[in-house]
Amino acid sequence: MSGNADATLCDMTLHELHDMLLSGQVSSREITSDVLARIDEVEASVGAYVTRDRETALKGADAADEVIARARRDRDTGAIGALVGIPVVLKDNVCTRGMRTTCCSKMLEDFIPTYDAAVTARLREAGAVIVGKGNMDEFAMGSTTQTSVFHVTRNPWDLERVPGGSSGGCAAAVAAGEAVASIGTDTGGSIRQPASFCGVVGLKPTYGRVSRYGVVAFASSLDTVGPITRDVRDCAIMLKAIAGRDGRDSTSAPDAVPDYSSCVERGVQGLRIGIPEQFFGPGMTDGVRTAVERALRALEDAGADIVEVSLPLAEHALAVYYLVATAEASSNMARLDGIRYGYRPEGRGGMDVADLMSASRGQGFGMEVKRRIMLGTFVLSSGNFDAFYGRALRSRRLLAEDVRRALTECDCLVSPTAPTVAFRFDEEPDDPLAMYLQDIYTTLANLAGVPAISVPCGLADGMPVGLQIMGRMFDEATLIRAGRAVELTSGMDAARPKVGGCAK
Amino acid sequence: MQGCRVVSEVSLSREETARLAELARLSLNDEELARIAHDLTEIIDYMEKLAGIDRAHVRPMSHVLDTVNAYRDDCAEPSLSQEEALANAPDRQGQFFRVPRIIDAGEAGEA
Repeated sequence: MSGNADATLCDMTLHELHDMLLSGQVSSREITSDVLARIDEVEASVGAYVTRDRETALKGADAADEVIARARRDRDTGAIGALVGIPVVLKDNVCTRGMRTTCCSKMLEDFIPTYDAAVTARLREAGAVIVGKGNMDEFAMGSTTQTSVFHVTRNPWDLERVPGGSSGGCAAAVAAGEAVASIGTDTGGSIRQPASFCGVVGLKPTYGRVSRYGVVAFASSLDTVGPITRDVRDCAIMLKAIAGRDGRDSTSAPDAVPDYSSCVERGVQGLRIGIPEQFFGPGMTDGVRTAVERALRALEDAGADIVEVSLPLAEHALAVYYLVATAEASSNMARLDGIRYGYRPEGRGGMDVADLMSASRGQGFGMEVKRRIMLGTFVLSSGNFDAFYGRALRSRRLLAEDVRRALTECDCLVSPTAPTVAFRFDEEPDDPLAMYLQDIYTTLANLAGVPAISVPCGLADGMPVGLQIMGRMFDEATLIRAGRAVELTSGMDAARPKVGGCAK
Repeated sequence: MQGCRVVSEVSLSREETARLAELARLSLNDEELARIAHDLTEIIDYMEKLAGIDRAHVRPMSHVLDTVNAYRDDCAEPSLSQEEALANAPDRQGQFFRVPRIIDAGEAGEA
């Protein structure tokens, strides 16, 4: 590779780069160097990363090149895994041994994990090159990546707009060519909404599909770990690499992991796609509605049957979600007391241990985290427990039953991923409740445990619109199949933002 | 969201908010207390819409999978060394995490 061809390496898909690595057209060092060059070029304006390790990334690339060279010598390139030599970014709540993992909080600003998360270990074993850690909302609590203690991340499509959140750094990095693929986390939409805003593919797997070991817990019954990628095929490859039972996460599922890549081009002929009427009422912008409806017509043209279904309680999902998520968050966050690790305040003369913990937490957490800990403490406190938390858990079962019933009438459910395209920094609502409405379409999948993917389906106001497809438990394969059909007809699979200077 | 009917209004007083902060071990300044009291009141009002769902007969759902208590074999595996476990400590003394005195001299004398 030379000249202009080099400049586009960092914008190519994982599977394209893998093919080029196998044929010897390019080395991982060249790909990784190109990604690092793109970071040098655009990172000052995008701000996708909070930690980078250039040296280790290049060393990893060289190690991958040796593996590839050996396999090529032995005429055994089939043995080269799909991720060998591919530069990736991990969200900063995924533990990386020896590399700072902060959750973008002052509380963990200097925290260096002594072990790898299960997904980190899987990616390392698969030969991926870890470039660094992606910016996020503090402890994944937010929808704009603005609650990060470090800095904002800007949307590569328009630097005046938010990238979404909480996995905003990862989505922006993949969109801007600052990484080829990424791992994010999704508790109420934190993979899908930033993927939608940044025009990339994001998959929230079935609860239990991917091990949560070593991923900093937010709401343990809702948390999932999944890929953010340039296209649906890359998503299938990444999911295959990280999915499966892990003895260190007792909730990880023993179900067999299919070969998702073989489902990509299966088409949607005869697939029954459900349209929940409750998700197509007012609430979304006209631009989002137009793009989503166009995608639905395209799916129908491709042979899918569109059926109307009902999720009668869907409007309650957001309230149930915020009750369950904040209750679980308040207990998960209790471990962060600044004693064994974490932030310790200065000037603590006369403090007892309780004062020290309160001061560590009061100073170490930002406003949104404090607000959610307080809400969670409220709903779990005696006198409120049944009225709020108990009520939420009962409603959760009804919501989950609604979703599963709807999925007996069809193979998957389609809606927008978010009610709007990425908004401008100055348009962000000041009111937390208005902000929570960003999650109106996404929280239901977390409450029910089902998988959901966001695939770019068009543009509105020049900004990407994401289509969300929800499926049955452990049926990510159908989402990949349908997602690819959307990608094929949307014209978005080749769309790249201009920040990298190489919009196609 | 549309059609949200507020069934009852819960208003959090400053004192109640301060009490919650104490339970949560969060030191909050006056400004934060006032803001959180206001935000929580608004959020909790919104949550009240759930009062309209008939669910008395429904079993609470705390988890989406049917799996229960997946134990691994009870055998010792390598774990963190003492040095690694202490590596992120904000304050330590020898092999210990250091915190302010928990039992004061008077209490210790009586014990």
